[in-house]
Amino acid sequence: MSALPTSRTQLDVAAIRRDFPILSQTVNGKPLVYLDNAASSQRPRAVIDAISHYYEFDHANVHRGVHALSQRATDAYEGAREVVRRFIRARDTKEIIFTRGTTESVNLVAQSLLRPTLQPGDEILISALEHHANIVPWQLVCEQTGATLKVIPIDQRGVVDFAAFERLIGPQTKLLALAHVSNALGTVVPVADFIAVAKRHGVPVLLDGAQAIPHAAVDVQALGCDFYCFSGHKMLGPTGIGVLYGRRELLERMPPWQGGGDMILSVTFEKTEFNQLPWKFEAGTPHISGAVGLAAAIRYLEGIGMDRIAAYEQELLAYATERLSTVPGLRVIGTAPEKASVISFVLDNIHPHDIGTIVDSEGVAIRTGHHCAMPVMDFFAVPATARASLAFYNTFEEIDRLVAALEHTQRVLG
Amino acid sequence: MDLKDLYRDVIVDHNRHPRNFGKLEPADVHAQGHNPLCGDRLTLYANLDGDRISDIKFEGSGCAISVSSASLLTEAVKGKTRAEVQQLFEDVHALLTRHDANVDLAKLGKLAALSGVREFPARVKCASLCWHTLNAALESKSEPVTTE
Repeated sequence: MSALPTSRTQLDVAAIRRDFPILSQTVNGKPLVYLDNAASSQRPRAVIDAISHYYEFDHANVHRGVHALSQRATDAYEGAREVVRRFIRARDTKEIIFTRGTTESVNLVAQSLLRPTLQPGDEILISALEHHANIVPWQLVCEQTGATLKVIPIDQRGVVDFAAFERLIGPQTKLLALAHVSNALGTVVPVADFIAVAKRHGVPVLLDGAQAIPHAAVDVQALGCDFYCFSGHKMLGPTGIGVLYGRRELLERMPPWQGGGDMILSVTFEKTEFNQLPWKFEAGTPHISGAVGLAAAIRYLEGIGMDRIAAYEQELLAYATERLSTVPGLRVIGTAPEKASVISFVLDNIHPHDIGTIVDSEGVAIRTGHHCAMPVMDFFAVPATARASLAFYNTFEEIDRLVAALEHTQRVLG
Repeated sequence: MDLKDLYRDVIVDHNRHPRNFGKLEPADVHAQGHNPLCGDRLTLYANLDGDRISDIKFEGSGCAISVSSASLLTEAVKGKTRAEVQQLFEDVHALLTRHDANVDLAKLGKLAALSGVREFPARVKCASLCWHTLNAALESKSEPVTTE
């Protein structure tokens, strides 16, 4: 076995790992190696404690009561919104809508921005890299309105074809919806280049940031996107909470998409006056503890520093790519020049599902399947891939454990 | 959980060298099975002599469990009547899903090698796909079967 590289980022990974209680367990008698972070990351003690603290001391409904607990809950919830705003460098907390996750954020834009305005002949532009969450909501709104979904192709490396994009965009394009980072392949899409062209055409841009935001600093104003969608649970936060960032001018123009409590100012049977941003889009009692947990997750990430996280994960990615290339019969799917720490691969003559089961018996958790990106699988003509997705709490040793588990897989089925 | 219970020698052998693999032309009945979660796809072809399966073949791709299960199925049902196949299907289903299953393993022959699958709930669908597909073929269903 080769000597393990020395990290240059000086991240104290051993100390970081102690912050994540779930990591210090054995699975099938072996120390857990958790490499399924693109599906869902794990939570540090700080997040778990923040949620517990909220329920033990501060819980009541928000925006309603004059009593102390309601005020505390409201402060915690709205405080979380400010933490999110600062984290993604948005101008205003009115631009931060809490949702159930990326999927709901995308659906909100589809139904509120596009459904009332799209007509036959209009087009929505996505790429062939997209997760189903950035495909199906647009297909639904196309069915509802008679508009057409257009797809920018990718090449054999998993890079979105920029020249094809420039040919596809035009006056008929009403929205460009792109993954910032591909969940299936790890490709980092150079979204700034796409946004620049879209702006020239006056086309609003939505970014699916679910896989980008755990790995690098995101500045929505610098990017210049109109919408940015992400989920809490892929960035150390709770499940069931996510964010839609939207540029205020657009959000102001968009009608509510769900009706109920909290999103109104006054209701009579004749007329309802809707609440202001951001509450106009948050009908019903929100996921308060989820927002609290998400804010704790962001504070934890900020405490380490997104730039240091990105640098260390790039070291992990380089090491994993090199080590996996030594496994006979292993082919990496997705070889874009710029990638996040996600590696999809296939092994000759061994189905990914068998890989997943056998490496699990060695305590190694990876994802196998189509990764909710069936068109990507079709493009590469594979039924499924195995995917190792790395977080900053993973180690070089764990990558060696993965490689050993893959070699074991080949012995079991060889 | 022991991996050797899942990937028994019989399973590994049938995955590496699937029996009755290929297309049956002409075939009296055929059906497609698809497991969308893992991408397993198979097509079963059968010829019938009255009530009896006189010949059967399958083609497709999938994980070791789904391929070997289909291969074992073709060996097990060839020459059997519809009623016998139905009984076998019920026994295999019990074997795959129920810990308290009172199945006579000796009667199942090589199919008994699938008994380890029930310790791996995520893999039960892989093993059962071919059986659902066979049922569809015998009932001449035109819609592809899925295990979802």
